[in-house]
Amino acid sequence: MGSTITEKILRDHCDEKNVSAGDFVLANVDKCLANDITAPISIEVFESIIEGMDRSVFDTDKIVLTPDHFAPNKDVASAEQCKILREFAWKYKIRNYFEQGRVGIEHCLVPEQGLALPGEVFIGADSHTCTYGALGAFSTGVGSTDLGVAMALGQCWFKIPESIKFVYSGKLNDFVSGKDLILYTIGQVGVDGATYKAIEFTGGIIDNLSMAGRFTMCNMAIEAGGKNGIIAPDKVTNAFLKSKGDFSYKEYKSDKDADYSNVIEFDCDELEPQVALPHLPENAKPISEVDGMKVEIDQSVIGSCTNGRLEDLRIAAKILKNRKVNPNVRCIVIPGTPIIYLDALKEGLIQTFLEAGAIVSTPTCGPCLGGFMGILAAGERAISTTNRNFVGRMGHVESEVYLASPALAAASAVKGYITSPEYL
Amino acid sequence: MKGIVIKYDQRNINTDLIIPARYLVKSDPTFLAEHCMEDLDPVFKQRKKELGASILVGGSNFGSGSSREQAPLALKTAGIECVIAPSFARIFFRNSINIGLPIIEFNKIKDLNTGDEIELNFEQGIIKNLTLNKKFKVKKMPAFLQEIISLDGLVNFARNKIVKIK
Repeated sequence: MGSTITEKILRDHCDEKNVSAGDFVLANVDKCLANDITAPISIEVFESIIEGMDRSVFDTDKIVLTPDHFAPNKDVASAEQCKILREFAWKYKIRNYFEQGRVGIEHCLVPEQGLALPGEVFIGADSHTCTYGALGAFSTGVGSTDLGVAMALGQCWFKIPESIKFVYSGKLNDFVSGKDLILYTIGQVGVDGATYKAIEFTGGIIDNLSMAGRFTMCNMAIEAGGKNGIIAPDKVTNAFLKSKGDFSYKEYKSDKDADYSNVIEFDCDELEPQVALPHLPENAKPISEVDGMKVEIDQSVIGSCTNGRLEDLRIAAKILKNRKVNPNVRCIVIPGTPIIYLDALKEGLIQTFLEAGAIVSTPTCGPCLGGFMGILAAGERAISTTNRNFVGRMGHVESEVYLASPALAAASAVKGYITSPEYL
Repeated sequence: MKGIVIKYDQRNINTDLIIPARYLVKSDPTFLAEHCMEDLDPVFKQRKKELGASILVGGSNFGSGSSREQAPLALKTAGIECVIAPSFARIFFRNSINIGLPIIEFNKIKDLNTGDEIELNFEQGIIKNLTLNKKFKVKKMPAFLQEIISLDGLVNFARNKIVKIK
């Protein structure tokens, strides 16, 4: 019996060589990541572990700290949280601490900086750490205690997950993106359809999908309950990494006779852009159906760790060019990192957004989790390119979030109700 | 490990039933233990005491709901030394090991009943029901997990490991 990519990576990071899905391993981690919400607890755990001992973190190059959730500091409490990260980074000489101004939304920033590589075991105290599976890494979210221990030991324990394989075939229609593929998938399998499992994304559609689209899909693996999402590295992965620097890494792929708990095939020829209705990502509907509902919106958010990359901003700008945001709508564009922001500026995308009447924010998680920079009032409704539409996620408990791609979010901002660029 | 069973075989015993959110205002484990399981069984504490029970047997998807670490901590402080269920919610599973509460996945919970005396061997993966004189195989617990549990949780495990490296 062969092995899956997930089994192989975890096996190569622990002492036991005969382990497979279902076994427990204590694995060496290549990188650990925490943000302004989770790092303070991890730091407390770390300090309690090394208390009274002359010790530092396991590796000053392998810890990544990103004040991105409630930063730039939205209030005194968040300022205190960010201060804890800063002082910890100084004290232990953490190389990959990103100060505000250099930091971006963590899951956009980390791949851009070449901090997640194929074949690595990457853990983050953030549920969307599964994003880096798009590079062929085993990457997953853990608790703050696990992360604090990992900062001290460089190890984390796992139950090696069983894998579920999704195969995408056919040809994508206009305006159908990685976001639509993953929303459709979650709609089919449900928010617990892959609980605890590794989700392997494969097939002709994935082979031809850009890195941005792949990050979007792996980012939302957790929304189907997955422990990690993963795509085997290929020429698209290698070209992306080559553009970021000179890195050495090991490429893994699943054996042909690897064991999967389930294999699901999706024929995408007829797939339309998708919208996930409140209040679960699994409530995915095709745009032709949602357009007919004439769902009026108060806000359109284009950004986040799911869809805050340059490719996403290009699509939104293409639709907003020479058009105006509907006077009843607040359209908020959030480039994922300072580099993405600068590239968008150079390409004229920022000008397009401002001319259309959109707001352009500095990189931050902000509204996605109801933090700041675009909170919804009672009864308000938003279309958003983010990853969760739970009750109260973007503000008031009686507000609503509809999840969709940047193309749909931009078109809807123009029309004032949820629609597709095809209908503009 | 030997102990007496207290069993609640309904599915999806969630973290709010294990420790209701209204008690999370205090992090003192003894306070949490006082209110452990009370929304599921108001006389849990008394029943457990009368039985002399220390092993909790639950239904599938045990510990679903929130990621609160207080749930396994409340059980452990209340004197539960091991939880056995057909399946556990993922985060509960992780949190339990991390605070040093052993848990075992076992399907045939109909063979473990309230009041039964059972013996557990984590190393060999054996559950013995001494009352019914039955023996079952379960997955062996790897050495490092046994060590985490014997050291009362992940933080001590890490501390101990660092001392050894030194």
